[in-house]
Amino acid sequence: MRTNILKRNLWITFFVLPGLLLVAVFIILPLFLSMFNSLYHWDGLVRTRFVGVQNFINIFFNFPYNERFFNAIKHNIIWFVLTMVFQNCTGLVFGYLLSKKIWGHTLYRRIFFIPAIFSIVAVGFLWTLYLNPQFGIINKTLKSLGLQQFALPWLGDTRLATPTIIAVNIWRWLGFPTLVFLAGINSIPESSLEAAYLDGAGETSIFFRIVIPLIVPSITIITILTLIGSLNVFEQVYVMEGVAGGPFYSTDTLGTLFYRTAFGAVDTGRPEIGIGSAIGVVIYILTFLASAIAAILLRKREVEQ
Amino acid sequence: MIFDLRYKEINTSGKIIYIVFEIILIAYAILIILPLINMFISSFKSSREIFLTPYSLPETLRIENYINVWGTGRFGRYFFNSVIVTGISISLTLLFGSMAAFGIARYRYKLSMLIFLIFLSGIMLPLKAAIIPLFLLLKKLGLLNTLLSLILVYTAMSLPSTVFILSGFMRGLPWDLDDAARIDGCNDFQIYWRIILPLTRQALVIVTIYNAIPVWNDFFFPLVFIQNDHLKTLPLGMTVFFGQYQTDWGLLFSALSIAIVPMIVLYILLSKQFVQGLTAGAIK
Repeated sequence: MRTNILKRNLWITFFVLPGLLLVAVFIILPLFLSMFNSLYHWDGLVRTRFVGVQNFINIFFNFPYNERFFNAIKHNIIWFVLTMVFQNCTGLVFGYLLSKKIWGHTLYRRIFFIPAIFSIVAVGFLWTLYLNPQFGIINKTLKSLGLQQFALPWLGDTRLATPTIIAVNIWRWLGFPTLVFLAGINSIPESSLEAAYLDGAGETSIFFRIVIPLIVPSITIITILTLIGSLNVFEQVYVMEGVAGGPFYSTDTLGTLFYRTAFGAVDTGRPEIGIGSAIGVVIYILTFLASAIAAILLRKREVEQ
Repeated sequence: MIFDLRYKEINTSGKIIYIVFEIILIAYAILIILPLINMFISSFKSSREIFLTPYSLPETLRIENYINVWGTGRFGRYFFNSVIVTGISISLTLLFGSMAAFGIARYRYKLSMLIFLIFLSGIMLPLKAAIIPLFLLLKKLGLLNTLLSLILVYTAMSLPSTVFILSGFMRGLPWDLDDAARIDGCNDFQIYWRIILPLTRQALVIVTIYNAIPVWNDFFFPLVFIQNDHLKTLPLGMTVFFGQYQTDWGLLFSALSIAIVPMIVLYILLSKQFVQGLTAGAIK
């Protein structure tokens, strides 16, 4: 009996160990090291002395770190808000229309999802070419339609650059919330809709009073994923505006700021690993908090309904 | 269903709204397809043609654009590296992930929940934010500037979701399977390999796509780990290429087509699996 249990435990170890080791060494260990590193002063790649929360104080209160940090986080918030309003609300409407089997719905479903499989790098470069102020097809088309005043330097204007990159990202990703909402709506029990129709409820009130409350789980998931995505924006900005989040830091995000700080800042020229780790830890904590709060808030709504 | 919108059965104001929505959907579909068609057409043009006649078909099919990108632009190399890295890391993910899922789901013991939670914790952590210690760790191990660094990190990154999805699937299989196989003299590895694994085939397809697309498309880790141009993967190689050939738009569109068109072909062939795979985390 004892040898049997030993044998069983050896088998379990054999099955679980390789995966567990990889996850422990390459995911969990770096997380803890990140927190540890953020409490030290670094000279290049060498850890020198313990400074407590000084790195965090620097990014929150001391110039120039605080200015860069709050400028970056402002853009992460803009990413979240614009993505929620334009991408996810459109996705909800599209998902609803597709669930009503509007003419051509299977084709739309297939087409809308296509760009989601492309790399951010390819999509970013493709639209950088199209949005080029002189040679890009967007401004050429606008000019040939007589709309010169709208042929703007999309990626070169400090006010337009962030919304433009977000629009490109929506182009890539809109199919995702559309399909998630479609699946959510399709799983609504037919009886609840039937009852509303028989009571003579109109389309609009069915959408807001029945459909929306019943797909709160899908809304929760999309909100959390959008939050996590917005906090971790990096490639989109790096590819379309460069690592400094140009022009004049108008597209800088936590991701690009973190990368510059960790691997040699464009403004100071040398890596600051202590500060970089602190920004990394902030990204971790914000990601975690944001998801937790969103989950709790939406869970509450779910119960109230 | 009685709730489906049928054009004939709705009143006049409903018809107008229906048509407006239909136009919006068509417009959005065009907004997706047209840039892709334009990209593919432009990939056969010279830069001069792209600038002067952006909407027209190419005068001659400049296949040499592709030959230049593939050879001189080293896209052949980048493509090969991406295939190697994605292929090996997904194979390792499927092997170690299904083994771990088996070890968690097909034995009854106290620690199984803890092991499951350790794997699960990896799903919620944005690994990019831990890039500094990861970089220093790989430097210490002498793995910087190797494809192995990418393979190890991608495998670790893909394991949590894989274990999560597969163990859920394996828990649903009847225990009689294991017992019957044991009576027939199978050892535990044979039960895993011959009995359980073939039954999870459908879930393996979903897991493969769920992980392979982000790995194939990843740009961040090669950017940090790989300096040697010979070892760059497709997304990173593309940024090198766009830096070098900024003005030759014919070549740039060919490079984009090399990255994008194979994905579209795969998607057309396997669209159901792609959709299932990519939305696996968000749709039950």
